[in-house]
Amino acid sequence: MKLDDDDFSLLGLPKRFALDRTALDERWRALQAEVHPDRFVADGGTAQRMAMQWAARLNEAYGRLKDPLRRAAYLCELAGQAVDPGSRTALPGAFLVQQLQWREQLEDAAEPGEIEVLADMVAAEEKRLLADVALAIDERADFQAAAGLVRSGMFIAKFREDVNHRLEAFEA
Amino acid sequence: MALLQISEPGQSPDPHQRRLAVGIDLGTTHSLVAAVRNGVAECLPDADGEVILPSAVQYLAGGGRRIGRAALAAQAGDPLNVVVSAKRFMGRGMADAAQAQQRLTNRLVEGNGMLAFDTHEGAKTPVEVSAEILASLRQRAEDSFDADVFGAVITVPAYFDDAQRQATKDAAHLAGLNVLRLINEPTAAALAYGLDSGSEGLYAIFDLGGGTFDVSLLRMQRGVFEVIAAAGDTALGGDDYDERLAALLLSEARAPALAALSRTERSVVLAAARQAKHALSLQPQTTVAVSGGGAQRSVTVTAAQFEAATAELTQRTISLLRKALRDAKLSKDDVQGVVLVGGSTRMPAIRREVQVLFGRPPLIDLDPDQVVAIGAAIQADALAGNTRESSPLLLDVIPLSLGIETMGGLVERIVDRNTTIPVAKAQEFTTFKDGQTAMAIHVLQGERELVADCRSLARFELRGIPPMVAGAARIRVTFQVDADGLLSVAARETGSGVEASVAVKPSYGLADDDIARMLRESFATAEVDMAARALREAQVEAERMVLATRSAIAADGDLLEAAERAEINALVEATLRSAEGSDHHAIEAAVKALANGTEGFAAARMNRGIRSALAGRSVEEV
Repeated sequence: MKLDDDDFSLLGLPKRFALDRTALDERWRALQAEVHPDRFVADGGTAQRMAMQWAARLNEAYGRLKDPLRRAAYLCELAGQAVDPGSRTALPGAFLVQQLQWREQLEDAAEPGEIEVLADMVAAEEKRLLADVALAIDERADFQAAAGLVRSGMFIAKFREDVNHRLEAFEA
Repeated sequence: MALLQISEPGQSPDPHQRRLAVGIDLGTTHSLVAAVRNGVAECLPDADGEVILPSAVQYLAGGGRRIGRAALAAQAGDPLNVVVSAKRFMGRGMADAAQAQQRLTNRLVEGNGMLAFDTHEGAKTPVEVSAEILASLRQRAEDSFDADVFGAVITVPAYFDDAQRQATKDAAHLAGLNVLRLINEPTAAALAYGLDSGSEGLYAIFDLGGGTFDVSLLRMQRGVFEVIAAAGDTALGGDDYDERLAALLLSEARAPALAALSRTERSVVLAAARQAKHALSLQPQTTVAVSGGGAQRSVTVTAAQFEAATAELTQRTISLLRKALRDAKLSKDDVQGVVLVGGSTRMPAIRREVQVLFGRPPLIDLDPDQVVAIGAAIQADALAGNTRESSPLLLDVIPLSLGIETMGGLVERIVDRNTTIPVAKAQEFTTFKDGQTAMAIHVLQGERELVADCRSLARFELRGIPPMVAGAARIRVTFQVDADGLLSVAARETGSGVEASVAVKPSYGLADDDIARMLRESFATAEVDMAARALREAQVEAERMVLATRSAIAADGDLLEAAERAEINALVEATLRSAEGSDHHAIEAAVKALANGTEGFAAARMNRGIRSALAGRSVEEV
């Protein structure tokens, strides 16, 4: 057990996209209960510093594994197919067209109801994309295809954030 | 090999001897200290039997201080030298203070970009004022137990940003307190309610104090208390209700507006409003005497009028509650119980609105004024190692996102709000111009995209980047937030290895030099000799290290080779010997040597802990 073990080894989970969320949560809690700085408050600075490194490392791994898109990106990276969000690799034309349509719809939306409809569409699209990611990684071990899907997924996630901001603006 | 030490019967250093650990609720309007006595956490009373200490400090001509009720009583007669609500100004600059000016009876001054109250004892920063209050509570605890305080857990609003947390820690340092942990007020309340024992599930903590509002969603599961989301407003509390009511009273009395009154008149009207507010929590109407602009009139105000005048404030708390639920992607039906904390939740309108939202009455069994200090005391006792059974672990989150400024005045977020702490996160940036050799790093906190809309925490520079074409340098910026929620930032050019880092000293915070100076000026501890204090602190630290090392050896000594154990024992002996002397530098050096010498052992112990945690899981699964 070392700080630089990969996230899956650290949390004792199989290195794949499909995830047992309950097992992840439980292991993260059990490990935090051992290493958290609160367990070493009376033990002086050295123990505190190490505890903090461990706790921060576990939180990093937990945060990355529980988010499906980040988990997929991480698996691609481990397989030598880093997802560079700034890369110029072209996204599929149909995807870009759909993105433009969504953005227009969001701009034109005049009431929360219309935005909710859009939010549901985005959620469905995200779900479909993650199913494709699962196939690419766990069934075909095609990390190049998975990396492409993750890049698209990042656009969708960014759009979902914008949708939420608009909804919040309506509520405020 | 060093000889093993054998102590006399009854004199053996007991690693489990009780340490006095206190919980302190440092509030806007009042503060409390609590400690565990005979297994029960209770608020400690002062000599008059009062547990509540009004957060008020009066600076007397000649250097004396009055703290608490006496200071508050003197406010009307000496408004400039009595400081109240200092918490509102913690970690804040002059620009932030503008909106709070109209209720303020003090004169504000600026020094080193920092805000201070102008008293006839000179400029006093909010940190110094808070330190007076903390020192007074520390004294109360020491008198009450006739023992030194080993350490304190101090509560802060969950929504406090980095600058406000750092200011709180600085104040504790000034007051001579060893901070075991800063914990969030709602989390402390949840501990006090014993939500950690037997009640697995999701709870909402609604905390409306004198000056701040916080809402936290907590999940309790298998001995771990996890904060899922926090929302709030550090400038919304009972004071605002007082102010709205004061405005209502003045308009009913046809007197000039609050801002047009003299300082003395203002504090009298605000005090009258506060009394009326308390009365209206118990009865449908009340009559108060209002003076302003020379005239005095008796005004009758109803609860309905008061609620109408403050409905907007109450609605703001409910919106923030909804925001926390949205952040956590949870609905109100997922919430098992709602806990009300803070004196302001005594207002019937608040209880009604919360009940309407959740469709069930909130939990109000404990005194909302005391619940935070009690929870802090429970956690302090556990952190100090006094409780043998495994105590619940608190996993808190950072309330506001952290990021740095990029081109065009935009903020690039590095750590998102509601991320569990401690956390370390890195991101790479690059240069904008050919041959650029320095980079300014501007650290910000907030949710908005523009720098101008976020709070500036710190600025520092990375210099000595080798000249390269634009975009070729790789600058790795690492954010680290510790378990107290405090940030430090480091930047490194990965090609050349050039580095720069700052423990984020917020823009409106105190520099270490300032703290040293204030300690020298030794405000609350005027009679204590600084050298004696340094010696005492070094001895306490030595004692702490020796105890920690001995209990570590008792628990996991089998991890050590004989030679390693002998070496550590020798370091322990050296530390004990130096602690008998009176040279605090020598003690500090011995403690440091012991810390260094046990580093490998600490790492081995931690690995064992992790393995056993994992093994425990696999056994369960089999």
